[in-house]
Order: sequence, then structure tokens, then C-alpha cells
Amino acid sequence: MTTYTDQSVPVPSPRVSGERVRVRGVSFNILLFFAAVAIALIIWRFVVGLGASTALSDGYPWGLWIAFDVVTGTALACGGYALALLVYIFNKGKYHPLVRPAVLTSALGYSIAGLSVMIDVGRPWLAWKLPIKFWTWNLNSVLLEVALCIMAYTVVLWIELTPAFLEKFKDDAEWPRLRAFARKALPVFDKALIWILALGLLLPTMHQSSLGSLMLLAGPRLHGLWSTAFLPLFYLVTCLAMGYAIVVIESSFSAIAFGRKPAMRILNRLGTFAAWGTLLFVALRFIDLAIKGRLPLLARFNLYSALFWAETLLFVVPFVILLTKKNNASLGSLLRAAMLVALAGALYRFDTFLVAFDPGPGWHYFPSVSEQLITIGLVALELAIYVAVVKNFPILSGEQNVQAHHD
Amino acid sequence: METDRRSLLKGIAAAATMTVVSTPALARERKKAPDDAVGLLYDATKCVGCKACVVKCKEAGDLPADIDGYGGGLYDAPEGLNESTRNVIQLVKDGDETAYVKKQCMHCIDPACVGACMMGALGKREFGIVSWDNNKCIGCRYCQVACPFGVPKFQWSKTSPRIVKCELCRDLLAEGKLPACVDACPRGAVIFGKREELLQIAHQRIDENKDLYVPKVYGETELGGTQVLYLSHLEFEKLGFRFSDDASVPETQQTVQHGIYKGFVAPLALYGLLGAVMFRNRKRDDQ
Repeated sequence: MTTYTDQSVPVPSPRVSGERVRVRGVSFNILLFFAAVAIALIIWRFVVGLGASTALSDGYPWGLWIAFDVVTGTALACGGYALALLVYIFNKGKYHPLVRPAVLTSALGYSIAGLSVMIDVGRPWLAWKLPIKFWTWNLNSVLLEVALCIMAYTVVLWIELTPAFLEKFKDDAEWPRLRAFARKALPVFDKALIWILALGLLLPTMHQSSLGSLMLLAGPRLHGLWSTAFLPLFYLVTCLAMGYAIVVIESSFSAIAFGRKPAMRILNRLGTFAAWGTLLFVALRFIDLAIKGRLPLLARFNLYSALFWAETLLFVVPFVILLTKKNNASLGSLLRAAMLVALAGALYRFDTFLVAFDPGPGWHYFPSVSEQLITIGLVALELAIYVAVVKNFPILSGEQNVQAHHD
Repeated sequence: METDRRSLLKGIAAAATMTVVSTPALARERKKAPDDAVGLLYDATKCVGCKACVVKCKEAGDLPADIDGYGGGLYDAPEGLNESTRNVIQLVKDGDETAYVKKQCMHCIDPACVGACMMGALGKREFGIVSWDNNKCIGCRYCQVACPFGVPKFQWSKTSPRIVKCELCRDLLAEGKLPACVDACPRGAVIFGKREELLQIAHQRIDENKDLYVPKVYGETELGGTQVLYLSHLEFEKLGFRFSDDASVPETQQTVQHGIYKGFVAPLALYGLLGAVMFRNRKRDDQ
């Protein structure tokens, strides 16, 4: 019998029960250093305000934090969503061992995105009203839908991950009460999780497409190569491709960093899904432009056409790489292809939110040093927490073929 | 069983595609100005650029001086709308011809900022005036992304920032007074009144002086129509009005969004479907 929570495959790093796993090492300390810098700068941002700490302006009210941390960050955190679709809807159990690490990455990615939003908004002390004062909701606001969906999905992801913590606590917790609680709670999760998991598929379908719809309201100020009623569909397709790509990237790095044997056949399949996704997106995009009669925009030599072609190239190359390897790519070329997909999706999002958005003459934006350091530091924090969790809880699966090392 | 699921999934895909493809057919209805809509009529041919309206606007809104513009730090001379300026006069040069143009909130009939705003901090309220509510704004700045006229400004210099925009002196209107800019104008270049009446006056002026005016009242239909209207002797694009589509920004966006969500029936149906498929999959696994 297989159930969704009682996973036999994921195993924690080998250790004597109760022994504290050594997490810190040189690279871990570097991550912590960048995270500390970010936290200091976040405090500074609240002391001096957004004007002094960022390069944002009335022309470019949204910058790096929205375009990267939120819009790109959550798309890169779609591994959990993309895999759940395969495992729970298409019933492909062979991908199940990859679900937990993907859900962990997703939970961390979404949590960091939520934190970034709180740093970015000007009046975060009123944000509590958003999920509570439902009678003030403007149901026409796409951003409201995105905000509520992301909040809810972040909670859903942590609930999905809870069994991993409970499995550890039921045997290892220092307090007997926690052990007893974990033993009682696990079967409850097993029963109830299915509707949570369904929610975990519905919510990202809604908000990942709506992240694209956000820029529909930029209306005529969004360049014709990006402005289309298909933005929601395009964002949905690319976030799934990015989700599969990120699972490949994450598994590859886990294989290298934690000495786990990568499941090459499964990763190849995921890479192929990502590649087909990108191809579908590119095809739909060209058809859409052709129908609208906007193809001539591509023949003009300017920044916009250059970026569009760059995106297209980044989306198509991984497809070529993986299809020529016929499901038998080496970890190296698989990783390269997956990184190109992630990069392509990121560029597409940056272009839609920053470059293709034209607020009129006289406005410029390039993220300030503190904006960049906060973004870098939050990514570092995410990686650090990932490493710490993976080393302490049953998240990763697969055989260990190399002695695990803790740097 | 396998084929069953396949056809089911094909059904989902087909439904999703249909939803997206069929949306343009169900275009959202264009909004009309509210019955009590008031507004401004600015006539660029009458304005001499004295900026009395800029000064009076600042007094009425108790806004600080902006000394970063012209005048080397000596004068309150804003170059454009900003966090301390809700109304501004700009000089436009086109070869030998010049024009002044007054910029402030257009009080759109179907405002993009209102469509964007999560909790209705920005709302179209009495007399169709678009105003901002201090208690409902979390400072997300989506209104700034959405407004095609670049009107809402954010107090970047403050740690407790607000959105700054023209609210047509709604507090003065409540006292039976005129908006500060209208009261200040010595040339009658900007007048206040009901939108319908202002439109009549505007068309009358064009009819009586066909050689002088561009034969169009900007704001009558542009971007769904606005409650602030413009007359000019220079083309409106030269005055900085970049867009002249008839459809409002929210019209297009809401047509797509409503088409996909169908009053939230579609997400609920999808949720049920996802749950049902997963339930069946698990049952089969258990056997």
C-alpha cells in the first residue's frame, strides 16, 4: 500500500539517533554572512524609507524585488506544483521520491517571496487587513487574487511538508510529548492531505497565471511584443517548465553536494517535460503575434526585439539539447538545459515587468546596491535553510554512493 | 482505466483552452460616467502659464515645496507631478509653437488605479471623484503601474508613505467652494462643472473657433473617457497624452480575467475535479 505521506523512500542523512548533525561549514557560513547583510539592510530600509534605500521611482514603482523575488522567485519555486501534477493527477508514482525536496524548495521560495513583498510595500503594518477584512476586497484586483493565493499556497506548502518533520519527531524528538504528538498527528495528515494537495494544485494554477495577468493592467504602457491577453496562459506554461527545470537543477546539486546518486532516467523525463513546455510557449507566442499582425515588430532592430529573440533562443536551445540526446542526456547537459529554461523564464519575467514596461520619457531604473544585496541575501538565507533542513529531516531520497560531507 | 483518465485530462485541457480562447467574445461592457459626474475643462489656448493654480493647489493640500525642479533650489517649481505636487503646469514646445498643459488626475470614468487597488483604497466616490483612503492602502503601488497617465505618486521620502493625487478638492466642494486650481486661474483656462455641461462648452468652443482648436475634446472617449477634459491648439500627443484608444485599461484586463474565472465557478470546478482525480488515483493504489 502506498499513501501520500508514508514515504518509504526519503531518508535522512545517516546519523546516530539524537545526535546533532553538523550543518555549518565554510560555504554555509558564507550563506549566513550574506543573509545577515540582507537583514541589516532590511532594517535600514524601514528606518530611511524606500526612496533612500532603493532606485524605485514613480515611473518604476516595481523593481528587482517584485520582478525577481516575487514573480521569478515563485515561478522557480514551482517544482512542488509541477511534480504534484505528475504524481497526483497523472499518477506517475515514480516521481514521488522527488516531491519532498521540491516541496521544501517551493515552501522556502514562496516564504521568501512573501517576506520580499513585506519589504517592498510601503505600509506593511496594514497588510494584516488583506486576508481578514474580506468585505473591503476589490474582487477585480488581480493583485489581490495573487496576494491571497500566494499567502494560502505558502501555508499549504508548509502543511504538505509537515509529515517530514513529524516523521523525524516521532522517533527523535527530545521531548516525549512531541514524540507522542507526532505519532498521533501523522495518520491524520495522511487522511486529510488529499484536499490540501488538491488546493496545492489549484492555487498555483490560479496565481501563477495571474502573475502574468498583472501586467495586463499596464495596458498600453506594455510593449506590443509582451502585451497580450494570453499573458496568463504564457505565465502558467512557463512556470511549469521552470518547475520541472528547477527539480532537475536541485536534484543535480543534491547529487553533488550530498553525494546522492541522481536518478538519471527520471531527471531526463523531467527535462523533456520542461523542454516541451518551452517549445509550446514559443509556438503559442509566435502564433499570437502573427494573429495580431505584430511580427514586423521583430524585424526592427531595437532593445525590445533583441530581448525577445534572446528569450526565444534561451527557450529553444534546451529543447534542442534534450531532444537530440533522446532521453539519455548526461547530468552535465541535462543541468545546462535546465538552467537555460530557468534563465529563459526569468528573462521573460524581467522583460514583462521591467524592460517592456514603458512609463514614459525621463524614467530610468537599475536596482540599487541595497536592493541587490537584499535579494542576494534572501536567496542565501533560502539556501542555508534548505541545507539545514535537508541534513536534519527526511527530505532527500536515493542511494548514497559517496560519503556525505557537510560542507 | 488508463484511457478514462486520459480522456478526462484531455477534457481539462480542452476546457482550459476554450476558456482562454473564448474570452474576447465576452468583452466587458463599457462604463458610463456617473450621473453626478463633475470635472474640469482645461483650455490650453487660454492658459498663460502663470502657475497660480500650482501654488493654490499646494496650499489647499498643505503640500511641501518642491525645490528640486527649476530655479536652483530657490523656488517651489515642480517639473512634473510628484509626491509634493498634485497639479502642475508644463510648457510644451513644438518648433515655433508653444503650449502650456495642466496635469493632474484625469478622474477616469473607468480608472485603472481603482481596478488595481486590492482593498479599494482608491475608489471612485461621490461625483465620480477618484480619491484615496488612508486606512485601506498597504503601499503596493500597483496603481502606479496601472495608471496610463502616470498620476498617482508615492511618498518615497517618507517611512509612512501615502499616495498623493488630485482629489478634485473634494473637501472644498463639500463646503460649496470651487477646486483650488479653478479658483486661482485668472484666465478661466480651467473651469469646473458637471461633465456633461463641460463637454457642451468644449464642443461649442471648437465650433466657434475651428481654426484655433484641434477638433477633438481629449477625455470625451479616450481610455474609456475621463472627467477632466482638454482643449488644445497643439495635437494632444504633443501635450504628453500618449494614448487615445477608446477602451479603458480595466476593460481589456477584466474581460480576460472574468473570462477565465467566470465568477469563481471555474476555480471551484477545477478544485473539485483535481480532488476527485486524486481520490480515485489513491483508491486504485490502495487496492
